[in-house]
Amino acid sequence: MLNIENLHARVEGKEILKGLTLRVKPGEVHAIMGPNGAGKSTLGNVLSGRDGYEVTAGSVTFDGIDLLALEPEARAAAGVFLAFQYPVEIPGVNNTYFLRAALNAQRKARGEKELDSMQFLKLVREKLKVMQISDELLHRAVNEGFSGGEKKRNEIFQMALLEPKLAILDETDSGLDIDALKQVAQGVNALRSPQRSFLVITHYQRLLDYIEPDFVHVLAGGRIVESGDKALALKLEEHGYAWVKDHGEPAGASA
Amino acid sequence: MSQPAPLPFVASLLDAPLPASGIAWLDALRRAHLDAFAAAGLPDTRMEAWKYTALRALGQRRYANGDAQAAARAVDPAAFDLPGVDGPRLAFVNGVFRADLSALDDLPAGLVLQPLAQALRQDAEPLRFVLSRHEPEQGDAFVRLNAARAEDGVALKVAAGAKIAAPVHLVFLGAPAESDLAWHLRHVIELGEGAELALVEHHVGAEQQHLGTAVGDITLRDGAVLRQVLLQQAATGSSLIRRSRLQLGARAQATLHVLELGGALARHELRAELAGDGARLDTRGVFMPRGRQHIDTQLAIRHQALNTASESVWRGVADQRARGVFRGAILVAPGADGSDASLSNKNLLLSGQAEIDTKPELEIYADEVKAAHGATVGQLDERSLFYLRSRGIPHDEARALLTAAFCRAVLDDLPNAALREHLAGLLANQLPD
Ligand SMILES: Nc1ncnc2c1ncn2[C@@H]1O[C@H](COP(=O)(O)OP(=O)(O)OP(=O)(O)O)[C@@H](O)[C@H]1O
Ligand SMILES: [Mg+2]
Repeated sequence: MLNIENLHARVEGKEILKGLTLRVKPGEVHAIMGPNGAGKSTLGNVLSGRDGYEVTAGSVTFDGIDLLALEPEARAAAGVFLAFQYPVEIPGVNNTYFLRAALNAQRKARGEKELDSMQFLKLVREKLKVMQISDELLHRAVNEGFSGGEKKRNEIFQMALLEPKLAILDETDSGLDIDALKQVAQGVNALRSPQRSFLVITHYQRLLDYIEPDFVHVLAGGRIVESGDKALALKLEEHGYAWVKDHGEPAGASA
Repeated sequence: MSQPAPLPFVASLLDAPLPASGIAWLDALRRAHLDAFAAAGLPDTRMEAWKYTALRALGQRRYANGDAQAAARAVDPAAFDLPGVDGPRLAFVNGVFRADLSALDDLPAGLVLQPLAQALRQDAEPLRFVLSRHEPEQGDAFVRLNAARAEDGVALKVAAGAKIAAPVHLVFLGAPAESDLAWHLRHVIELGEGAELALVEHHVGAEQQHLGTAVGDITLRDGAVLRQVLLQQAATGSSLIRRSRLQLGARAQATLHVLELGGALARHELRAELAGDGARLDTRGVFMPRGRQHIDTQLAIRHQALNTASESVWRGVADQRARGVFRGAILVAPGADGSDASLSNKNLLLSGQAEIDTKPELEIYADEVKAAHGATVGQLDERSLFYLRSRGIPHDEARALLTAAFCRAVLDDLPNAALREHLAGLLANQLPD
């Protein structure tokens, strides 16, 4: 589904990703861990098409198409979703209006019929139940005045509504209390399916107790330097990243 | 030394006899104003009030004086149809009153609404004071021109205590003609003590390059309440220069919602005097030029009495090669103690070639005054734009959404919901795709 080959990317003239290779098959959950500043969010931004990230070498294909050639909105319509590490507050844009505009724009781009407001509200109600989000948040402006945890849950709620093929969760667990963490994990697990894949970026092994990954990778210095199963996360928790540096050659990606 | 040849603009506007009213003081007044206009010519950018609005291009243009065919111009009434606005209507086409497009039957009790020319014919004397009042200042060429050549306009009066709920719709339509025309209108509006009025001033038109000038006096007697919407959607090739003077008596309240969307060159000088104790003025406005439009708003508010309040919330959005100009000048005069004045003007540049010049000015000569003012110019927030796009919303739609959000504060408190929705839609559609 997602093939990242030898990806090099720059931000403001500085090379951040330095030959990253990763392959994700449908239905797989890949956890990505790594020290601060390693390039994890950069990877998420490059995959979703943010301006200012210049790919200097390598390729990314998604379901066989060249993902890097698409505008961000086309990537979304193709099924890529990024849950932001820092969701943006957008005063003046109503959350419900935004969600419907997003869903219908994606449907339109895929040649599907747009949902009218009745159909949309029905869908929203279903998804709200899964995420246990108060519908009061829907009446506010996008993320405006949301607590840190509410913002993260809102990201997962958007994911549930948009039903992407590939969801990239960038530290969605950071800043969540233990109950919210479980809810977010539940939300993700409810969406797991043989067709849907996840890249779960996290610093904490704990999340992976709730969202069981098929693979765990260590991203350091702009590359995947170690890959394994979830036992790797436990080792990291115990020994820190210094262990990886001593331990291994930079490894290619798995799967 | 020989006189320099007058500008083509000035020459063309001198090139027709003045209207003759048969009213001696009025005809003398017109003559005096025309002479002053001829002598002074057009203001230039060395004058502070015209610093950001150059008239060089306008100076080279020629206009025919008035439209003799205006009564016969075909006009589609759908052009000025507005949701939530179905009260009395006074309509002008190329500056000429059109009874067939107006709605003046069964006016509500307490409302007098008629063309100014008709009011002058009936009894000019009550209008003499307001039409004669002119405080000459530098750069008031268009006011002079208007005073010389305007034959008609809106005469509106609300009797003391009368409450006119259905909004009165004033329509100014530009229609294509054989040549570019100059038209001029003069409005006199008065709300008696405790009177209430909802008013919509509406400029529309497409496909023409006329010049329109309008000068209006709106007087609110003690305790009067005015809710006014100004929707300026003049043809994008046309020029429209307006001065509105608003005078508020004790405890009078005026709320203005302004959308400046049209015109190649559009300037509105909006001057308000809070003349009576406890008067209050709220202005909310958006100017949104695109293409090569130039839209200039000059807001001047004078607090002249005790405990007066004004709140001004303005947004500017300029796209492509457009230019926006905003001057917000607040003066709290000696003796206007306890006044409260605030002004905010935030601006958004959607293109690297667009420009907005904003200048808030605050002068305070009274005691215990609360005053705040600020202006900013910025660009769309890239992070927000990316957030919306990453959810599948196409670039242009995301931009329109964010721009509408930026302007939202301006329409939020407009009570006429149907009209508010319509205006929000106009703002969303103003952006080029
Ligand atoms: N827009 C930007 N401008 C300048 N530098 C940037 C930008 N984005 C990322 N960087 C730099 O790229 C490097 C990688 O950043 P990135 O956000 O990808 O790290 P991360 O692995 O997500 O870290 P964290 O765990 O702290 O979230 C950092 O050194 C960061 O400062
Ligand atoms: Mg990060």
